[in-house]
Amino acid sequence: MKIRYFAWVRERIGKPEEDVVVPAGIATVAELMTWLAGRGEEYAYAFDNPKVIRAAIDRSHVKPQAEIAGAREIAFFPPMTGG
Amino acid sequence: MAAMIAVKVQSEPFDASAEAATLSRGRTDVGAVVTFTGICRGSENGEAIAALTLEHYPGMAETEIESHVAEAAQRWPLTGAIVIHRFGRIVPGEDIMMVATASSHRAAAFEAAEFLMDYLKTRAPFWKQVEKASGSAIETSWVEARADDDSAAARWVKPHQAAE
Repeated sequence: MKIRYFAWVRERIGKPEEDVVVPAGIATVAELMTWLAGRGEEYAYAFDNPKVIRAAIDRSHVKPQAEIAGAREIAFFPPMTGG
Repeated sequence: MAAMIAVKVQSEPFDASAEAATLSRGRTDVGAVVTFTGICRGSENGEAIAALTLEHYPGMAETEIESHVAEAAQRWPLTGAIVIHRFGRIVPGEDIMMVATASSHRAAAFEAAEFLMDYLKTRAPFWKQVEKASGSAIETSWVEARADDDSAAARWVKPHQAAE
């Protein structure tokens, strides 16, 4: 599954995207964030406060409890500041 | 006549007045065009800035804006709507984005423009990074989202959506 990061989430992790094999049992966006946070210091820093991180599955906004099964691309980013 | 809709996500500058003029050119059913242009300020929280750099989510930015323009066209009797949002490095005085809405009467054009702005601020995947003008070293920081943008967007949620 492709994971993409934007803005300061991307800066903290140090890469814009990666392909990861998510272990069985990780069912939701919130669980994915917890799992990613355990992958290293830079991930722990990026997901330090998961409440402020927004997520999109296949380019649609989703809530933390959204199921990730079948997703091709999941993105994590801070609240948007365009306009 | 169907509403004339245009959504552009680009790094290049644009001409806001020329773009807005296309909404009424050659038509006699348009009675009101409302335009909003977001411009890069020279200071942020009282500190001088050298530039803003806008990051976006290619693909999602376009589809997110397109779906909100389509919703605006369903909710109000629009004759047209244009949204242009830039990404990349933008210096003070340059335009960042524009929304233009057209209708036979002003209320629909005003309301649709406000709806689009409120949704763009909270749902369109763009992030602003400020580049401070501090001597030779380039100091950057991310603009934080504002809670009042969320409450402004919340006023457009229909009762059946709020329950979800």
